Amino acid sequence: MNAVAKILTGVWIAGVTVAAFLWLPPAQGFRSPESARIVVFHVPCAILTFVAFLVNAWYSWFYLRRREPLLDMKASVAAELGLLFAVLATVTGSLFAMEQWGSAWNWDPRETSIVMLMLVYAAYFVLRGAVEESGKRARLSAAYALLAFPAMVFLIWIMPRIVESLHPTNTLFTGSGLDPVYRITLWSFFVGMMAVFVWMFRLRLRVEMLEARVRRRRQTEPEPTLTGVQP
Amino acid sequence: MSRSSSWAREALAVFGKDCLLELRTRVALGAVLLFAVTSVVASGFALAPPSGVAGEVKASLLWVIVFFAAIAGLSRVFVVEEETRTADALRLAVSPTGVFVGKLAFNIALMWALCVVTVPLYLLLLEVPVRHWSLFVTVVILGSTALACATTAVGAIVAKATMRGALFGVLAFPVALPPLLVAIHATKAAWLSEGGWRMATGDLQVLVGFMLVIVPASLLVFEHIWSE
Repeated sequence: MNAVAKILTGVWIAGVTVAAFLWLPPAQGFRSPESARIVVFHVPCAILTFVAFLVNAWYSWFYLRRREPLLDMKASVAAELGLLFAVLATVTGSLFAMEQWGSAWNWDPRETSIVMLMLVYAAYFVLRGAVEESGKRARLSAAYALLAFPAMVFLIWIMPRIVESLHPTNTLFTGSGLDPVYRITLWSFFVGMMAVFVWMFRLRLRVEMLEARVRRRRQTEPEPTLTGVQP
Repeated sequence: MSRSSSWAREALAVFGKDCLLELRTRVALGAVLLFAVTSVVASGFALAPPSGVAGEVKASLLWVIVFFAAIAGLSRVFVVEEETRTADALRLAVSPTGVFVGKLAFNIALMWALCVVTVPLYLLLLEVPVRHWSLFVTVVILGSTALACATTAVGAIVAKATMRGALFGVLAFPVALPPLLVAIHATKAAWLSEGGWRMATGDLQVLVGFMLVIVPASLLVFEHIWSE
């Protein structure tokens, strides 16, 4: 991302944040109308969690097809960001739940599914930590990501059948439910966060690639202090 | 000989070999059954009448016990190949599809054996009043099969990693959660509700649908897990 895009992203997010507090009216019909503004920040984080999960599955699939180490790095970076946004979505959601429903955790289907996503990501990194060899690690973690993917789709699909949801459904895209002003602010914030996501993704990827290069160099060059020392 | 019949034959051979091995050593069956029976007896001590524990709790507990007993034994079928260094021979002799289907069949058989022992014992010790027997038996068969389907490929992943025992539980839980939740829900319907089959039809459909999705997905990635 070049400098102009970075500055634009910063200004955009700052603008949307200011608009969320000054332009957005307090949401009527909520227990504390002022605190409902957090929805504007909460929902984009939740959507980005699922976007990251999709990106992770996508690169995992391509890694298994092509076996290029770069694809594995991309998959793991997407999972890292997914975990970060999952935490952000959970924290903002809990704050709002505390205000609105009186408790930070209600075992709502969406709450459960985001915790399950976090568990999948956590298991993914535990697995990556448990395999030494890089090629094997990439293969196994990609396979696990692709196994967890249908399970998560099922979970998100079946949970609302089993338990009643506190979350509204079908308000993001259809006209009913969400005030147009809210919808515009929410999606504007999403665009800003998406840019941050892309930026962080590329930054983390560069770090990963540099780390891999350092590791390769260490492997090819022997330790300088040990050369010429007789046992 | 056509391709389809060749992998089916291979799968049958792998299944037969694993059964024979299990009958000789009884490691997996021993681990699974011992874990399950111990947990059931422990729950029986604590929760048997007149403790007044609700049926909902008992339904959840039954599946929690079945799940953790499965975690104790279902990765065995792949771990044993790595431990005895027979995985390479199997790779040479049998196609990945044959290996996976054979191992899956073995795990399903193991789950059924587990349920045949554990579930009646659980019903006896905790004095559960079952309203719809046919529904309950269907739920147990489908639920245990779905758990085996969900965790077999994870077992193959775990066999290649270090700290296998701890890792299997961590990795298997998110994948096995959908069938677990649905099975608990359907079990409650079979034990407690008037509706019975009508209440649980959706759950049974989800269980079958889950198997129809997770088995092909496992087959797709298994080749990459299994081959070196």
